[in-house]
Amino acid sequence: MRFYFIGNRRKAYLLSLILIGAGLLSLAIFGLNLGIDFTGGTVLQFNLGEDVSMEEVEAALEPYEELEGAVVQVIQGRDLSGEPTEEGLIIRGPVMSEERRMALISDFRDRFPEMTGDDLRVESVGAVIGAELTRQALLSLLVAMVAIVAYITFRFEFKFAVATIGGLLHNVIVVLGIFSILQMEINVPFVAAILTVIGYSVNDTIVIMDRIRENIKHRKRKEYAEVVNDSINQNLMRSINTSLTTLFVLIALLFGFHYFIGSLDLIVFVVALILGVVIGTYSSIFIASPLWLNLQEVNLSLSRRRKAA
Amino acid sequence: MKKTFNPGRFLVLVLLCLLILVSGYYAFQNAADREEGIRRGLDIAGGLYVLLEAVETGDQEVDDEAIDRAIAVIRNRVDELGVAEPVIAPQGDDRIRIELPDLDDVEQAREIIGRTAMLTFVGPDGEEIVTGANLTRARAERQPEMSPYPFVSLEFDREGAVLFEEATREYFGEPIAIYLDDEKISEPVVRAVITDGQATIEGRFDFEEASQLALLLRSGSLPVELRELESRLVGPTLGQRTEEIAASAAAIGLVLVLFFMIIYYRLAGIIAGMALVFYISMVLWALTYLPTTLTLPGIAGLILSIGMAVDANVIIFERIKDELRSGRTIRSAMESGFQRAFPAILDANVTTLIITVILFTMASGPVRGFAVTLFIGIICSMFTAIVLTRILLRLALKSGIIGSGAYVGVKI
Repeated sequence: MRFYFIGNRRKAYLLSLILIGAGLLSLAIFGLNLGIDFTGGTVLQFNLGEDVSMEEVEAALEPYEELEGAVVQVIQGRDLSGEPTEEGLIIRGPVMSEERRMALISDFRDRFPEMTGDDLRVESVGAVIGAELTRQALLSLLVAMVAIVAYITFRFEFKFAVATIGGLLHNVIVVLGIFSILQMEINVPFVAAILTVIGYSVNDTIVIMDRIRENIKHRKRKEYAEVVNDSINQNLMRSINTSLTTLFVLIALLFGFHYFIGSLDLIVFVVALILGVVIGTYSSIFIASPLWLNLQEVNLSLSRRRKAA
Repeated sequence: MKKTFNPGRFLVLVLLCLLILVSGYYAFQNAADREEGIRRGLDIAGGLYVLLEAVETGDQEVDDEAIDRAIAVIRNRVDELGVAEPVIAPQGDDRIRIELPDLDDVEQAREIIGRTAMLTFVGPDGEEIVTGANLTRARAERQPEMSPYPFVSLEFDREGAVLFEEATREYFGEPIAIYLDDEKISEPVVRAVITDGQATIEGRFDFEEASQLALLLRSGSLPVELRELESRLVGPTLGQRTEEIAASAAAIGLVLVLFFMIIYYRLAGIIAGMALVFYISMVLWALTYLPTTLTLPGIAGLILSIGMAVDANVIIFERIKDELRSGRTIRSAMESGFQRAFPAILDANVTTLIITVILFTMASGPVRGFAVTLFIGIICSMFTAIVLTRILLRLALKSGIIGSGAYVGVKI
């Protein structure tokens, strides 16, 4: 079985351009839904030990004016046997001082006597830290890309590096775009997820590049389009199998976090990885490898023209 | 080519597989232990993380000394809580990072850290004499010609000197207790009436102990204001539940991966499964015995690496299939399959390693833990794929249980 990936590359380019365009548009208009790690703020998560109405919660929060506009969310977890546990409560709001947070907790204790003592999370991040983390995240993305270009240029050649980075940027923009469209809240672990997506897509692309490099060496007539197409085909089962095995575990994790814990932070992390694996596999076949071919052809026609002149 | 069955080799193969399974079992048992096993980050074990910033007050600027004093105060309080492995460390020029894992009462801990240091000198009748506000200097000194023991010299301001003179007159020959917050840090006996506000505390301490005492005294006298930049508090139950779910998800994912590999690659799939079990136990051992901390993103990274660890095996097996299809014997297909797969495995993994190193250097907190975990995962997966899979496949070949391509899932 052989597929003509290279022959269909224009369609793939078009699809990806649409995805990137939609993603960039959404990023420009709606931006990302940045969590407290980036913007600063307070998150309080309690297990009230009983099912309470939203009115009761709102009444309890009433004296805390600084929490006006805070998002209050009920989460439903389950224990390992699948039985629903008590409902949990997540409150996301602007930065609160330590005294006020402690006062709020003891207020809640008085109002909801069933509230458990050790099943809680209280996080508060100042705006300064948020800005620092954002800068840190962007900088580490940049440094990672430069390092990857350097390594691939050293081990392969510059054109491979450009094609790989092309695929990588494609993946990052599409994943960010999807998160912008879905408006899922992102926090620091998301940065780790994006870097893993980068790692995965580079990993996936390099294995194909390795084939291309090898096949060029072993062929006398250098029909590049054919070489690239063969390399992708030879590598196809590996691409599919590896992404499948990775997806198996990730989907198990997604299900576990969603069904049993119901907390969004972890789900976001896993969703980013799943998107990254799917898009990464797609792009190394349909974007990065054909991109290298295009670069190679441009290079060849340039040198031919130079010779003619 | 017809292979004859070699019972000796087959036995070695079976024993090796059993060894892997047993070591996997123990690695898991070992790692799962909450006390002795893998060190869990605050987001799993529960605990408190606080980042404080020292702010200049009217008469005290923020310098290294001021940060040291503030740290001494916090350490003093945290010791009272009896936390197993507290981290209280300076970060940058004017920040203090506090990490307290495994706390029973996280809220109490947060409250204690936040208080301003309070130094008081108290007479034997419980009467307060002076506070740290009147203490201007405290220093460890040594005068070998007079005494073999170092001492701590104190200096009070004018108001303090007057108060202290009265007290030393009143309590002559009696002890005066010095409290930092609620803890007694020293209880010297008055041996002279101090009229000039210059006192010394003598005792049988070495210079380090004297310095520590002087530091505590200064801490209570010249506190800098500490402002909270970041605070994360996680109750132990929440963290434990998350860990249980993640571990179960990992187990289910692992079973799915093994199932898939065996269906697709047959006998080679079983060998890849063995390699995977060995890989996981290696990672667990490494995480248990290296000074690392496992965070929630770290667990996710670990689970992701299970999927990716199979990748090297997939690359190798696909290569072997290619070689078989081009007409090689199974033995030479295997060897050249390994050889040809190697550059791809190396380059693909090195780039991911580069990313983990960048993450480790630039990030902090849970993301850093994630980088360490992923780094360990990649190193272990390369080792198992390149070394262990090869050993197992060769053994399987020599024992005669792999006779043709059918055993790696190739139809010829």
